Amino acid sequence: MTVSRIEARFAQLRSEGRAGFIPYIMAGDPDPAVTLDLLKGLPGAGADLIELGFPFSDPMAEGAPIQKAAQRAMRAGMTLRKTLELVRAFRAGDQTTPLVLMGYLNNVLSFGYSAFAQDAAAAGVDGLIIVDCPPEEATSLADALDPAGVALVRLATPTSDEARLRVIASRTSGFVYYVSVAGVTGQKEADAAAVAPQVERVRKASGLPVAVGFGIRTPERAAAVARVADAVVVGSALVDELAAALAENQSPVERVLQSAARIARAVRDARVAATA
Amino acid sequence: MNAPAIPNDYAAWPDAEGRFGDFGGRYVPETLMPLVLDLDTAYRAAKADPAFQRELGGYLTHYVGRPSPLYYAERLTQHFGGARIYFKREELNHTGAHKINNCMGQILLAQRMGKTRIIAETGAGQHGVASATVCARFGLPCVVYMGALDVERQKPNVFRMNLLGAEVRPVTAGAATLKDAMNEALRDWVTNVHDTYYMIGTAAGPHPYPAMVRDFQSVIGSETRAQMLEMEGRLPDAVVACVGGGSNAIGMFHPFLSDESVKIFGVEASGHGLGTDKHAASLTGGRPGVLHGNKTYLLQDADGQILDAHSISAGLDYPGIGPEHAWLHDIGRARYLSCTDDEALEAFKLCAELEGIIPALESAHALARLGDVVREVGKDGVIALCLSGRGDKDIFAVAEKLGARI
Repeated sequence: MTVSRIEARFAQLRSEGRAGFIPYIMAGDPDPAVTLDLLKGLPGAGADLIELGFPFSDPMAEGAPIQKAAQRAMRAGMTLRKTLELVRAFRAGDQTTPLVLMGYLNNVLSFGYSAFAQDAAAAGVDGLIIVDCPPEEATSLADALDPAGVALVRLATPTSDEARLRVIASRTSGFVYYVSVAGVTGQKEADAAAVAPQVERVRKASGLPVAVGFGIRTPERAAAVARVADAVVVGSALVDELAAALAENQSPVERVLQSAARIARAVRDARVAATA
Repeated sequence: MNAPAIPNDYAAWPDAEGRFGDFGGRYVPETLMPLVLDLDTAYRAAKADPAFQRELGGYLTHYVGRPSPLYYAERLTQHFGGARIYFKREELNHTGAHKINNCMGQILLAQRMGKTRIIAETGAGQHGVASATVCARFGLPCVVYMGALDVERQKPNVFRMNLLGAEVRPVTAGAATLKDAMNEALRDWVTNVHDTYYMIGTAAGPHPYPAMVRDFQSVIGSETRAQMLEMEGRLPDAVVACVGGGSNAIGMFHPFLSDESVKIFGVEASGHGLGTDKHAASLTGGRPGVLHGNKTYLLQDADGQILDAHSISAGLDYPGIGPEHAWLHDIGRARYLSCTDDEALEAFKLCAELEGIIPALESAHALARLGDVVREVGKDGVIALCLSGRGDKDIFAVAEKLGARI
């Protein structure tokens, strides 16, 4: 059961009394070799889970940084199938760090739900987040993922009321991803004070750990969210570091891992610092 | 695979989840789900409210200029030497196309919902102009997303939108055409959830848009039906319309779906040809997938990446199609033909020369298949074609294509 890798990691985080750090990177940005180096390096840099995006031509919930990352990845020939190959290569050397894929439905639909579920599980994928597949449209996808042991991670948002949270919580597993701002990725900044009660609501409705993402760009902000959430997702800021490294002819791997390590430290120390 | 069931009551579709068979649905980010569910509730209430329908009817009569005429195209009829050809003259509407029918309905709904800001996407600019028009009329700020490439090739409409007080935001992402404009409008909506109403221009997007836009555009087919009964004493043998997203077509088709004797023809844009990678015929050259909130036929590669569409007509330059068309195609109730850029240009000239009507390049695609439809219905047949828009906006593009200088 691969779901248990996610459960085991959140159980460990609970026992350590701290929030997890979930970096997001785009598969194939700017090429598969860099992605594989990043995947291998991120756990050492302090990643507790990894979110790996797969590129889509029309990412309607992404801001400019991840849109551009997807374009770089597609130019490099990245596909969903090749994304699974990257996961397989990563998994050969890491049996414990949970890895969740994130993207848009059409690539998975095109792959075929049950073929995807089997191949993803075999490659070592632990969960799937599909931005444009609300619970109402997710039944057949969940039917394919469940037997393969791949968690379908749902999104909750500032626009989710109590009735909506009950719908979101049905048939979800692993953790719930709380989108902390109404907007696209990497644009508005999340407000930790406003996030706290929302995380509590989502936790209560789902009975699952809650990871918070969208709008968390700095170690300070990550630390503030880490005090109230079970995990903190940082995506656009890392993708921006990668783009900047490319523009300045630096090693994208080194720069992204350094940036990830700074955020990981802030997340790790957040609750200690708060209680000290 | 089982053949899809043929429904006996087309008006009953979509189902409560917004599905036409397997197509349609609500494939939107969770942030937008409460908004599309609210919109569904608000639209159902408005649809059932006689006061809303009365108000809409009043504006359609006195502001849009409805009913639009059903015109016997005598010289084109002679040209093809067969069936009697009628034009449903949507190009005579205020703003010059069918788009205003939908915008008038949606702006009244937006007001009813207390929304204070309108966003829209546009390809050729006709829906953008219609959106800007109703926003000016009702005093609401309007932001129109338009692909940067389309901004370039549809300058007159950009200027019109500006005159009407709308802000046109060029979109440079992706191929910088209609699909990218729609992505950007969705990004705006997901960011401004509290005050913003997204006025989608075609019969696509998440439920309830495909059904709602169809309902607002069905005035085309309903009028055609009544006018035809009065002028010919019977129903037409065929109705014809061009299909991009498919709003004028579904508006024309829907009131005839249950009339079994009426053949239904949609015409997709096949650009440089179906055998090339430069066309916009998603039914003929695509396969089912999910984009912009609905499941439908899409132009896409083996990995499910959406391909750039191409058509000489900016309004048909879209890699998808409304979900109800996808369903009508699958169950065989409608037939979808295609027309190349060159064929559309020929039909554009023919209509101008024989009927004194300069059609929109979109509508020219429907005109280009008239010969086939005439053969299909026989000499004593009667055909109604939706002349969805006028071609003034296209004269620069056509001149360039013909090598003329204006």
